[in-house]
Amino acid sequence: MDCYWKWADSQLGLNLIRLKPMSSLSRDDVAKLAGLARIEMSEEELVNLSQEFTVILDAVARVQEVAGADVEPTSHPLPLRNVFRADVVVPSLTPEEALSGAPAQEEQRFRVPQILGEE
Amino acid sequence: MIRNSAAEMAAKLVAGETTSVALTQAHLDRIAAVDTDVHAFLYVDTEGALAQAAAVDAKRAKGEKLSPLAGVPLALKDVMAQKGVPTTCGSKILEGWRPPYDSTVVANLKKNDIVILGKTNMDEFAMGSSTENSAYGPTHNPWDLSRIPGGSGGGSSAALAAFEAPLAIGTDTGGSIRQPAAVTGTVGVKPTYGGVSRFGLVAFSSSLDQAGPCARTVLDTALLHEAIAGHDPKDATSINAPVPQVVAAAKSGDVKGMKIGVVKELNGDGYQPGVRARFEESLELLAKAGAEIVEVSAPNFEYALAAYYLIAPSECSSNLARFDAMRYGLRVGDIDGASAESVMNLTREVGFGKEVKRRIILGTYALSSGYYDAYYGSAQKVRTLITQDFIKAFEKADVLVSPTCPTTAFKIGEKANDPLAMYLNDIATIPVNMAGIGGMSLPSGLADEDGLPVGFQIMSPVMKDERMYSVGAALEAALLTQWGAPLLDKAPLLGGAR
Amino acid sequence: MTLSYDDVVAKYEPVLGLEVHVELNTNSKMFCGCSTVFGAEPNTQTCPVCLALPGALPVVNEKAIESTIKIGLALNCSIAPFSRFARKNYFYPDMPKNFQISQYDEPICVDGYVDVEIETDEGPKKFRVEVERVHMEEDTGKSLHVGGATGRIHGAEYSLLDYNRAGIPLVEIVTKIVPGTGKYAPEVAKAYVAELRDILRALGVSDVKMEQGSLRCDANVSLRLIGAEKLGTRSETKNVNSLRSVERAVRGEMIRHAELLNAGGRVVQETRHFQEDTGLTRSGRSKEQAEDYRYFPEPDLVPVAPDAAWIEELRATLPERPSIRRKRLQEVWAVPDKEMAAMINADVLDIVEATVLLGSDPTKARSWWLGEISRIANDKNIAIANLAITPQDVAEIVALVNAGELTDKLARQVVEGVIAGEGQPADVVAKRGIKVVNDDGALMAAIEKVCAEQTETAEKVRNGHLPAAGALIGAVMKETKGQADAARVRELLLGHLGQATS
Ligand SMILES: [Mg+2]
Ligand SMILES: [Zn+2]
Repeated sequence: MDCYWKWADSQLGLNLIRLKPMSSLSRDDVAKLAGLARIEMSEEELVNLSQEFTVILDAVARVQEVAGADVEPTSHPLPLRNVFRADVVVPSLTPEEALSGAPAQEEQRFRVPQILGEE
Repeated sequence: MIRNSAAEMAAKLVAGETTSVALTQAHLDRIAAVDTDVHAFLYVDTEGALAQAAAVDAKRAKGEKLSPLAGVPLALKDVMAQKGVPTTCGSKILEGWRPPYDSTVVANLKKNDIVILGKTNMDEFAMGSSTENSAYGPTHNPWDLSRIPGGSGGGSSAALAAFEAPLAIGTDTGGSIRQPAAVTGTVGVKPTYGGVSRFGLVAFSSSLDQAGPCARTVLDTALLHEAIAGHDPKDATSINAPVPQVVAAAKSGDVKGMKIGVVKELNGDGYQPGVRARFEESLELLAKAGAEIVEVSAPNFEYALAAYYLIAPSECSSNLARFDAMRYGLRVGDIDGASAESVMNLTREVGFGKEVKRRIILGTYALSSGYYDAYYGSAQKVRTLITQDFIKAFEKADVLVSPTCPTTAFKIGEKANDPLAMYLNDIATIPVNMAGIGGMSLPSGLADEDGLPVGFQIMSPVMKDERMYSVGAALEAALLTQWGAPLLDKAPLLGGAR
Repeated sequence: MTLSYDDVVAKYEPVLGLEVHVELNTNSKMFCGCSTVFGAEPNTQTCPVCLALPGALPVVNEKAIESTIKIGLALNCSIAPFSRFARKNYFYPDMPKNFQISQYDEPICVDGYVDVEIETDEGPKKFRVEVERVHMEEDTGKSLHVGGATGRIHGAEYSLLDYNRAGIPLVEIVTKIVPGTGKYAPEVAKAYVAELRDILRALGVSDVKMEQGSLRCDANVSLRLIGAEKLGTRSETKNVNSLRSVERAVRGEMIRHAELLNAGGRVVQETRHFQEDTGLTRSGRSKEQAEDYRYFPEPDLVPVAPDAAWIEELRATLPERPSIRRKRLQEVWAVPDKEMAAMINADVLDIVEATVLLGSDPTKARSWWLGEISRIANDKNIAIANLAITPQDVAEIVALVNAGELTDKLARQVVEGVIAGEGQPADVVAKRGIKVVNDDGALMAAIEKVCAEQTETAEKVRNGHLPAAGALIGAVMKETKGQADAARVRELLLGHLGQATS
């Protein structure tokens, strides 16, 4: 119920993973982002990226100069609408094809390391 | 034979002067001779190509009706899924992956009996302007092996310039077809977004990516364009309309009465003198051919680069999430007791290169709660403004033109540690992707100061791709008359064979 | 010290929020052409799209959109003239793309409601549950955890993934907060899910099988002191898999929260898992650090913008609303409230209606399904719909009884036979040799035999004491192995003993 409960959450003071304001990222900010993006990073990489981002964010933050409230956002270059497919079954891959790239498999299933977290 | 255009090769095949097998073998030989120096290919499918060539020859022998480019070889950018053939996107994370399916572009190539020689090198996941970001080492520019061949499709452009293939497929998210064409003296076209199916094109930035034709002549790109374009029900963003008549336009090359708009903001400071000189010269030639040159302004283009470096990383941070070591590709750290999460983290650390990580982190930030409006949201608004600039400009002109990129090919390693300087390469090509319109780069000569190729960019409105082909063909013809021989004849010899 | 439920509701007001996920019954998946048939061999219903192979692209299933719009209309929602898909980004191995294509701030349907009626101390009472949104998304694959003692995720050494369910179209129906239910919160929650299930079943858009997971409910519960304005902290109980569990989960959470609050503690905002065996919930992932899903418009898909004509076309296909249908059937069948409630509770309304439509009278149809057949289903512990007896069979049996070819007692044997798989009613009658004894001669022989054996009783009847006849009739029926028509026996017996029949 992510949407609906948002206001309730804010009432309760629940914090989303908040980062410091614009145009500079600390080493810890980068570490949080790397966690969200599932990329392990060495201390050196974290520090280097946070320094690079100070420069890069300065450059990209320019978009805010012209992006007024009266401008509609464009998320897609073409004004297409209602593109659908008919509800028709087409042949799937064979399980051999589906599993052909699997790093590990067992009983016609993808074998993956133990999944921690939510059940 | 390998220095012919694709159209000439096709004519020889039709006339029975050669066979597809012979033509394919000649290109395989050329690859064997020069590719250790150029490194345009990541994978050469010798068996597959020769089998395909033999099949076309057999069809021809039976008198079957064949498509215009049937039997002509092609180099495929390694970002396109081809069934059973390694597809890496220039990344370690996909090393060894063989897709169990064909992309629509590959299916169309096969349908047209175009022979696929192999997969070409590229910046990892198409992120870059130099092909230095490939996990498999850089590609070298045939004009000067110490220089970059452009990127991300540097393998495809170098293969064309080194005569390893007469045709190539590229993909263009911010200039990855046009900038490599410019710096190698070849022709590259980014069709209207939705004109060529993206199904099977490994996504970098979904709303910007577009596959397109690369070749050494405008007509060859047009022939390839018609072979790969068209509506695809497997791509919801594909345009359901007839393919623009680009071959007819390239053949006529008529610009009489056409209005050609010079974009004021895409020239001037920061553009190399030799680039500007060749651009002005080309405008004069087009005027002589009967076109009217007008000036147009696109004030919001100056924000295009910033918006691009928010939109593309945002989309890529999500598109590349699937590379997680669970279903395919690299898996690192799967030892006793390791969790799926730690295996994902380690695999993505090892499997992705520096630029890919940089963009994923940037995109993750731009989309994160609390920053979305300021970054991604604002970038989408800039996109609206750029599109409006184009609409206004196209009210004054039939096509727009600019230099393709500010400079000629730089040295390998020169900008490797300065991402912003690298990003500036695409300053003139990015607006086209933001608005989803068509763009072409063709050679306009060599810069006086370094003797390296300069690209001329032509932009046409959505689904009016034929216009850039008319202008491109007119300019190409005028330049050829002036040069007396194709520009690539001036390129240094590689591996001896000329 | 366990609090009593009465103590809880004397002090606190519960606030509900319900989120229901429904798997649509389309033929193909949401974004690809793979089959959706349940129970196939692992990874036989997968393709580049639903495995998220590099380069693959989604295309929206039109039927799924139509089903969602129908659901929205049936729930009194407005259908958005423009809606979009968004990507919900988070990593999880059973989700191949590591994002779910869902909808965020632009859902297809918004602002509806469902009215439910429950029994209260003051008689039946109506509650309105407001619907915030109805949106489309896709299901995930299924993981099998290997190496742990319980097959559960904790302690497992590794997992095996099957992506057959990945990409099955899901509709998510989210309510606004439901205040004002007071002590009836558990009943309202159950009635809402039941009503939703009936509506979805009537629409024909889903199998709505809670036990198979095609309808899943997440129940959000919070408590606040009666009279307080500020909402309490909620817990979210996931995947409650039966109507009864919905009620139990809400009640259980209310008690758990109250105990915490009374002890001066606080409720932790978290996901909890309902446990069928104990009726209690177990802590799942804490939401103290809410996940940042980084939603953004799905660039591989284009907006859904249904025009008025399309919406009206779909509206015209909507079936009768279940609550209205129930009222209509109750009136037509002339069923008392209590009986009607019993039928709804036992979930036999559809099947009774089908039987009536095949010619049975409502009372008999009802009494068969609600009585004998329900009893057998209970004994066998299987759903009534899964017994091998159809409305057609019951209608035939009723007709045979009406024609005097079966007695009620014989009819029960036929029902038994049909359920045992012996064939249709006529087959069972033939195979078992069941028939009413209509031969007056045979009956008279039995009557004479009984009267001779029980001379004292026969004498009483002969003297006008008619109630005594019952014992004789019973004996005759026994003699004829229950195959005689009791009314005819009575007639012949009384005649035999010199008593006029009227
Ligand atoms: Mg959901
Ligand atoms: Zn599929």
